[in-house]
Amino acid sequence: MKMKKAITMLAFLVVSILLLAACGGEDAGGTGSGNTKSIKFMHLWPEGSSAQHYKVVNEIIADFEAENDGITIDLEVLSNEQYKDKIKVLSTSNELPDVGMTWAAGYMEPYVNGNMFASVDDIIESDLSDSFVPGTAEAFSIDETAYGLPLELNISTIFYNKAIFDEYSLEEPQTMDELYEIIDTLNKNGVNPIALGNRDAWTGSMWYMYLADRFAGEEDILTQAINREGSFEDPALVQAAEEIQSLVDSDAFVQGFNGLADEEAKSMFMGEQAAMYLIATWDLPNFTTNEDVPQEFRDSVGYFKFPTVAGSGDPNSYVGGPGVGLFVSENSDVKEDAKEFASYFVQQWGERAVTEVGIIPATKVDADSLELPEMYVDVLNDLNEATNITLYADVQMSASAAQVHLDMIQALFGGEITAEEFAKTHEDTLSAED
Amino acid sequence: MNKVMSNKWIIFLYTFPALLLIAVLIVIPLILSGYFGLMDWDGIGTMEFIGLDNYITALQDSKFWDSTLHSFLLALFSACSLIGYLAVALILASKIKGASLLRKIYLIPMLLSSVAIAQLWIKVYNPSNGMLNSILVGLGIENPPAWLADPSIVLYAIFVPIIWQYAGFYILIYYAALKNIPESLIEAAKIDGATPLQIALEIKVPLIMNVFKVTIVLSIVGSLKYFDLIYVMTGGGPNGASEVMASYMYKLAFSSYNFGYGSAIGFLLLIITLIVTVIIRKITANKDEIQY
Repeated sequence: MKMKKAITMLAFLVVSILLLAACGGEDAGGTGSGNTKSIKFMHLWPEGSSAQHYKVVNEIIADFEAENDGITIDLEVLSNEQYKDKIKVLSTSNELPDVGMTWAAGYMEPYVNGNMFASVDDIIESDLSDSFVPGTAEAFSIDETAYGLPLELNISTIFYNKAIFDEYSLEEPQTMDELYEIIDTLNKNGVNPIALGNRDAWTGSMWYMYLADRFAGEEDILTQAINREGSFEDPALVQAAEEIQSLVDSDAFVQGFNGLADEEAKSMFMGEQAAMYLIATWDLPNFTTNEDVPQEFRDSVGYFKFPTVAGSGDPNSYVGGPGVGLFVSENSDVKEDAKEFASYFVQQWGERAVTEVGIIPATKVDADSLELPEMYVDVLNDLNEATNITLYADVQMSASAAQVHLDMIQALFGGEITAEEFAKTHEDTLSAED
Repeated sequence: MNKVMSNKWIIFLYTFPALLLIAVLIVIPLILSGYFGLMDWDGIGTMEFIGLDNYITALQDSKFWDSTLHSFLLALFSACSLIGYLAVALILASKIKGASLLRKIYLIPMLLSSVAIAQLWIKVYNPSNGMLNSILVGLGIENPPAWLADPSIVLYAIFVPIIWQYAGFYILIYYAALKNIPESLIEAAKIDGATPLQIALEIKVPLIMNVFKVTIVLSIVGSLKYFDLIYVMTGGGPNGASEVMASYMYKLAFSSYNFGYGSAIGFLLLIITLIVTVIIRKITANKDEIQY
């Protein structure tokens, strides 16, 4: 009997201890104790998937710590989607890291409205004035106040397989008519013309945005429609939607694109199963320096600017935008140091991102002074000549409008709705938000 | 022993940890999600009380009803597939050759994680390189469907791996129940001249009816709140064609930053599931207890 009772008590004790252990343990790792301050920094480039990013970040942190006595950087790294989830949870409990990463415009709006991000205008004025590519810092601004320091800049271009183009004596198209001819030739020869993974509907959105830009001509009618200066039922935007459906009807995209993820589309392009692929410059390493990709394929990749349509549109106008940027938490205990670190990071990153990581930074780069693969030089030069960069529509819009946009893109590509319905749904959604 | 068990303190000590866990992890979040459903909240900023607006919007939201319909279709398919599982279990339990090997093979999908299963079936369904379409093309079918891209097919295309995924689980339950039937009953039936089919349908199945009823509840409730394969394979697309209640809730709360509305949908999901469970329990209520 005694034995039984002892076991009972023991079992209870074990359970209680386990419970207590689970409840506690959150208090460790506070900021700042004694003379050393610690800045909590979260980023989304884990060693596994972004080895180069990870390495350069760590080197910048080490340099910063060496230059600033008594400050340590407390690092936490998560992969993209987990990062998004965690940031959201942390923000509800008011425990954002002192410095972290955010996306532009629509994504950061709830955080800014909730007073989570500090203004970084002072950093830009003192350390970084005139060092960002025009338009990038603005994308991280809400009501003319900047809340993020952009780290990346991406523009989208159509990458193509030169070997396939040579085989059928095709040339880079300048106009949509020429693109249609290429699509026709490739289809006749049983080659998939364009890889598209529209399950990730932002890739289809890029096609739509480009056509909208080309039909609109000089003005950025799409952006105006999104920020409510214009209407989504503008003829240019409806025409662009019609053009998408005519592309689909001419079998421009790989079979079943609405069920494919972008990664699958990419692997079709990189497996030489499709001749063209519209994607942003974040994939440049795959086409130039990434040793895991066969040399033969990398040598055969070229790119061209999105064609003009019916004599309208400027080929130097791009769809793109800054990727992630740094924010500083409004409620940070070490806000000034955090700002200093963010500023230091952006400057160092700008110098090292192209050469060591292979991404285009949002800070200006002098392409001629660096040793870079040819494609990088071309892209950087194109960027210098860019007349306009239209920020990705799903980033510009609020999160819920973006969801409608992405659903509508899938429906448009899938032929479930007409161009007019596409425009009207957007117009209704956007005007209801106002 | 009885002395220990009748001590109120001991009873409390035994049940309290589990009760605490259930309260903290299940009951409180449930109440909270009902409460958040009354708010206009993006999940980050300040909450604003808007009464039942979210619930009213949900009831008028055609996407919500579409996803509800899809969830119920899944429930219907899962419930029907139970008959198939039962048939397989009956065959396995009748001492055929290789039964134990087959049983293990059927169990394999259950050992895989949902994400792995999803990745596997994404490859199977790939429109140009997938196993399924390669076979169809090989059989001379010219334009095999793009399974996950066609809005009229995609939902059923996902049902297949879901049903496949749970086959092992239900077969195992039925198998165990069948093995529990005393051999003497079967022997007696055989002596009376019953055919194997008669033994199966008129002796074995009625004897495991209780288990069958439980699995009906399990499969229907599980289907109504199903999420994982759909989230990984299509994300509810294209344009909501494969959206179910749980994936719609997730999309609203975490992609659209409409936490209040998402919570309301989640709470409605709970209510719908509760109602359905009560109805099934009523229909399948025990009339007479079977004892061996």
